[in-house]
Amino acid sequence: MHNKSIVELSQALRAGKFSSVELTRHLLARIRRLDGRLNSFVTVTDERALAQARAADQRLAKGSAGPLTGIPVAQKDIFCTAGIRTSCGSRMLDNFIAPYDATTVEKFNAAGAVLLGKTNMDEFAMGSSNETSFYGPVRNPWDLAAVPGGSSGGSAAAVAARFAPGATGTDTGGSIRQPAALCGITGIKPTYGRVSRYGMIAFASSLDQGGVMTRSAEDAAVMLGVMAGYDPRDSTSVDRPVPDYTKTLAEPLQGLKIGLPREYFGDGLDSGVAGVIDAALREYRKLGAEVVDISLPNSALAVPVYYVIAPAECSSNLSRFDGVRFGHRCDKPRDLEDLYKRSRGEGFGAEVKRRIMIGTYVLSAGYYDAYYLKAQKIRRLMSQDFSDAFRKVDVIMGPASPTVAFNIGEKTDDPVTMYLSDIYTIAVNLAGLPGMSIPAGFCASRPVGLQIIGNYFDEARLLNIAHRYQQVTDWHTRAPAEFGE
Amino acid sequence: MSLERSDVEKIAHLARLAIDRDAVPQYARDLSNILGLVEQMNRVDTDDIKPLAHPLDAVQRLRADRVTETDERDRFQSIAPAVEAHLYLVPKVIE
Repeated sequence: MHNKSIVELSQALRAGKFSSVELTRHLLARIRRLDGRLNSFVTVTDERALAQARAADQRLAKGSAGPLTGIPVAQKDIFCTAGIRTSCGSRMLDNFIAPYDATTVEKFNAAGAVLLGKTNMDEFAMGSSNETSFYGPVRNPWDLAAVPGGSSGGSAAAVAARFAPGATGTDTGGSIRQPAALCGITGIKPTYGRVSRYGMIAFASSLDQGGVMTRSAEDAAVMLGVMAGYDPRDSTSVDRPVPDYTKTLAEPLQGLKIGLPREYFGDGLDSGVAGVIDAALREYRKLGAEVVDISLPNSALAVPVYYVIAPAECSSNLSRFDGVRFGHRCDKPRDLEDLYKRSRGEGFGAEVKRRIMIGTYVLSAGYYDAYYLKAQKIRRLMSQDFSDAFRKVDVIMGPASPTVAFNIGEKTDDPVTMYLSDIYTIAVNLAGLPGMSIPAGFCASRPVGLQIIGNYFDEARLLNIAHRYQQVTDWHTRAPAEFGE
Repeated sequence: MSLERSDVEKIAHLARLAIDRDAVPQYARDLSNILGLVEQMNRVDTDDIKPLAHPLDAVQRLRADRVTETDERDRFQSIAPAVEAHLYLVPKVIE
């Protein structure tokens, strides 16, 4: 059962081949038996999952089931779940039982999906390796010595290990696409504003966007169809109809113009990864696409710009954690300042502290113009680079990550080296565009992801482009040896 | 940009973060390295460029001034570290 796709599982549930309760029990048993090796879940919601599965079975029997009814999914532990701990990977929220559901969670519940549990993540989504989690690192199912990527590393590992056929993620600078690439699964970050941020714990509000992580593009189309849509409770949500993403999956790619930004194939790119990307592009040519060279001239500035804007927004967003209304509170505060300082000092880990301090610094008196305003100006230049490119091509392709998964502990001593893992994904967030990563092969036995970047609200096109590739290749069906049986 | 010990202590105070004294030199090194990376921005001439705050250049949406939320005080205060008589408790501020 665990190797089946969401579409196959949904058909089997409707045909009565097995029930949602049986499917849910099977996956919960796998998590219990095997997740000790990966640490992909922070919280497993057994009882609630079985109750939801029973309700789904009734809906299936009545014939009122939708495409996700009875399908077990995992939620990244950044989405608030009423009555269930929502930790955001932080000691600060280790005791936080969310008082309400995020819109995303509400939508999955309404669709009849079954919540298996909450997945591990970098603390407050700040990290590229899942090593900053208060609950310990997640391991990559393809090689337990390797990181799964981050920050949605628990979701990526859980989907790759066949614990869940699909999971949610969030992507502020690559946090869906990079772990999807490193774990050999499919991940899509939609256009900024496509998925509601209500109840999704904020890191950098002008960049954060929720999305889905699955094994195939077809499954991503089903899940995104449920997750996307206008939400009046999120002031940045975009009021625009959601197309049926499954309808256009099979459209031919004849005449598709793919742009290759030369800046994404420079010195920093591992040659083995480059070889895999080249092979994927050959497949696209066979499918009728035309590949042309383009330039995104300000690409090298993506990481510097991001490490001003994201920390600035984070220092503001995380000021709400004050030890007064919810979350961690220090013992015996001497006065109010001591309460704030020690609660925050104890509640946040080192990476979160670094980013809060960078953000505080760049926003402080005398530095605002030199850092924050400067970064926002270059952000506009980068956004214009993409608009110029999309006048010439339909989509942009390149690697999702410069290397395959690195080893646990390899980059933890040097934040700047770690930040450069997101060199190809960050610009997409700065421009607010949709992006995907799909499995394209292996290098040194570790997965490589092909990144596909689209124009605003072109999610259907991205999923179509990914699906056609997955019809002629089988990388997305490969399972890690320890977790495929 | 190289930050001194006193810079880190000042930033940590502004951010209301308690930092272990022993950890300050490491933070000074890490933050200086990050600011070194950030300074690559200075290579670009940005005179006459308008800053971009929101990827879709959206503006704040307005809604009718009607009460739509219900009172959830008890539920929200059930997860607070310390409350009394429906008030959040903090150490004494005024003597």
